[in-house]
Amino acid sequence: MGTMAVGLGHYLVVSAILLVLGVFGIFLNRKNVIVILMSIELILLAVNLNLVAFSAALGDLAGQIMAMFVLTVAAAEAAIGLAIVLIYFRNRGSIQVEDVTLMKG
Amino acid sequence: MIATVFLYIFSVILIASAAMVVSARNPVHSVLFLILSFFNAAALFVIAGAEFLAMVLVIVYVGAVAVLFLFVVMMLDVNFAELRGGFQRYLPIGAAVGAVLFVELAALYLGWTITPTAATLRLSPAPPIGNTQALGNILYTDYIFLFQAAGLVLLVAMIGAIVLTLRDRKTSRHQNIARQTARTVAETLEMVDISVGVGIKDLGIYRPKLPPPEPEPEHADGDHGHGAHHAPEIR
Repeated sequence: MGTMAVGLGHYLVVSAILLVLGVFGIFLNRKNVIVILMSIELILLAVNLNLVAFSAALGDLAGQIMAMFVLTVAAAEAAIGLAIVLIYFRNRGSIQVEDVTLMKG
Repeated sequence: MIATVFLYIFSVILIASAAMVVSARNPVHSVLFLILSFFNAAALFVIAGAEFLAMVLVIVYVGAVAVLFLFVVMMLDVNFAELRGGFQRYLPIGAAVGAVLFVELAALYLGWTITPTAATLRLSPAPPIGNTQALGNILYTDYIFLFQAAGLVLLVAMIGAIVLTLRDRKTSRHQNIARQTARTVAETLEMVDISVGVGIKDLGIYRPKLPPPEPEPEHADGDHGHGAHHAPEIR
């Protein structure tokens, strides 16, 4: 149906490994919020890889449009997340995730 | 055949660099490995036939997002070694969750097929033209609202980032619109009669007008120099 040179399965395996690595990274770097943001980028990259692979395999361009939308949202999320990290660092002098307890009663 | 070989090469580099992103000691190295993984993902996109998205990935992600990460990592003066504290503590639970997720994905992959009627269910079948042209054809027609929504998301992100990080310093200069519109001619213009042959210097006119002199500091009258401003004076 599609015009894909290689099988869909390869892409699915790669993106599954990438997604698992991203989730693993979130758990592994519980304290460093910047690496957590990078792990989220990895997860979104895995999602994009899946969307593009299915789009190519099925010959349907809607998947690539959705991948572009995911890219947009990921860029916006990174900008806002890093801005929040910046003002948090400015106020507290650290970026420890465990220090974020100001709202706790 | 050759595409499969390159797919394996890029996939291995992609996964290895993604593993380095989450496990590198230095966050700057993490960002650099993130850039490497974006490049390899772009190569995978090219192999899949999505050239436009590959270029967007390189330009937007590597050119903007990863450099933004690099800026923030280098700007924050954080002791990153201290942030590595719970690495060993969180390793088992992270590995457990990752393993469960991977097993679930594998189970999903094994028990899954594409429906035979998929060809008739396509939303926007790929025409036999270039990838970029085909994407442009449908992006500005069928998906125009999605396109506008993406622009709105970026606008909100831009305004949000500016509002969050804008620091209102006392020393920063602002435009005072009320003062600006209340300016009159008398405040800014002065008519001077000049007799023939007299220079500006002789008349005492300086342009622009000199600012009013700064108020003298209180302790500038004594002869005890510039040091020890805060020390109590003993006489």
